[in-house]
Amino acid sequence: MRIPCPHCGERDVSEFRYGGDATKTRPKHGEGDLKAWHDYYFLFDNPKGPHTEYWQHVLGCRHWFKLSRNTATNEIGEAS
Amino acid sequence: MFKPYSALALAQHALSPERPWPRAWRAPEPKSSYDAIIIGGGGHGLATAYYLAKNHGMRNVAVLERAYIGSGNVGRNTTLIRSNYVIDGNTQFFEHSLKLWEGLSHELNFNCMVSHRGQIVLATSPVQLDTYARRGNIMRLNGIDAELLDRGQVMALLPYLDYSKDARWPIWGGILQGRAGSVRHDAVAWGYARAADTLGVDIIENCEVEGFIMDEGKAVGVETSRGRILGGKIGIAVAGHSSHVAKMAGLSLPIESHILQAFVTEPVKPMVHHVVSWGAELFYLSQSDKGGMVFGGHIDGFNTYTQRGQFPRIQTVAECAVSLLPFMSKLRLLRHWGGIMDMTPDGSPFICRTDIRNLYFNGGWCYQGFKATPASGWTFAHTIAHDEEHELNRCYALDRFEKGRELDDYGIGNWTYKQ
Repeated sequence: MRIPCPHCGERDVSEFRYGGDATKTRPKHGEGDLKAWHDYYFLFDNPKGPHTEYWQHVLGCRHWFKLSRNTATNEIGEAS
Repeated sequence: MFKPYSALALAQHALSPERPWPRAWRAPEPKSSYDAIIIGGGGHGLATAYYLAKNHGMRNVAVLERAYIGSGNVGRNTTLIRSNYVIDGNTQFFEHSLKLWEGLSHELNFNCMVSHRGQIVLATSPVQLDTYARRGNIMRLNGIDAELLDRGQVMALLPYLDYSKDARWPIWGGILQGRAGSVRHDAVAWGYARAADTLGVDIIENCEVEGFIMDEGKAVGVETSRGRILGGKIGIAVAGHSSHVAKMAGLSLPIESHILQAFVTEPVKPMVHHVVSWGAELFYLSQSDKGGMVFGGHIDGFNTYTQRGQFPRIQTVAECAVSLLPFMSKLRLLRHWGGIMDMTPDGSPFICRTDIRNLYFNGGWCYQGFKATPASGWTFAHTIAHDEEHELNRCYALDRFEKGRELDDYGIGNWTYKQ
């Protein structure tokens, strides 16, 4: 699998680290009860299909960015 | 009801080859309703159905399998069994599983080829050996066999490791569990399927669940590719696809689906007589009855349902193999494949009730689904039959993260596999 880093261009997956679902909204600090934080931290939509996720180019520019990828096919979409 | 397999039956079939062996289980049409429906005809689903019938007298049970029996993770794992855990809860559960493995071939009247060849976990630093001493003490306090080995003892048992002065991973010793070993995984699926079928369970293949039927907040049935089926109780046992199925019932789970790869080399003469593993990269290796070296390591590291592994992981696992066992550099890789794991925050599974009445959940097996198969079915059947967890699976609840009751056997905190 090759991933298009917005800064460095397309590179091998081995240079990247997966950072999880990018569509979740983190509760504001000091707000939200334990349940809201639990759901944010522990529950995952984990879809079989289109997924927007964070990746970091750890062995390159170290940028964090969002990538759309289909988890049923590993087809790579837009990175931003 | 099928005739039991026996030496006499084997001789009769050998003498009259024109009479084929009968089907091992029926191929029934789904009935309109059952007392219990198990979604997922893998090892865990089949074992659950078997123990529902055997231990709890529930025989009006259906197992719904999307494809055919043996097509999922029960046939994609690397067949190891062991019970060398540390945390209370895991220790007792996996030991119960190992005890069930010990008598399984007789229990099911099916040769599961259970081989207690022993597992040796290697220590490549003195600190690692210290942690194994602690692990061994915990195991022995729980009545589980464990033996700490020094370097010389490991050399005697595993002479093919790299013991040279420049070894990348110097061998300091290891820990042996003699009762650990390997089982023929397909036989486990077939054996449980046949035994459950004999007790009256309907195993319905090519039947994909497409939705749940709810009535006043209770699960009362499923819509499937073969029509609507009602069920008094419904159990989900589809690890790998748990989120996908649970979502149809409106449940969100603390699970991400990841790919774990496994590898087999060309066959060679018997030389590895144990399961050899090394915790630092979760590397493990055993030699199959056909002679191939079966081995694996970590997950690839990102969520996917594709069952196709990435090359960087192949390279890392091969590097582990060659640096610990130099002979591996001479062998060619015959096959490699991937299976989809439910990965959980603490690396431990779920066997429990859910927020929806009459809906039960079994999943989140991470790396350890196969070895758990008998105890998973045994405790899940108890949970479904009694609408209450058994003492052995009480810790495997879905709300354990809310309550601060993680079961983190690695001892390195949440989302172990992301660290």
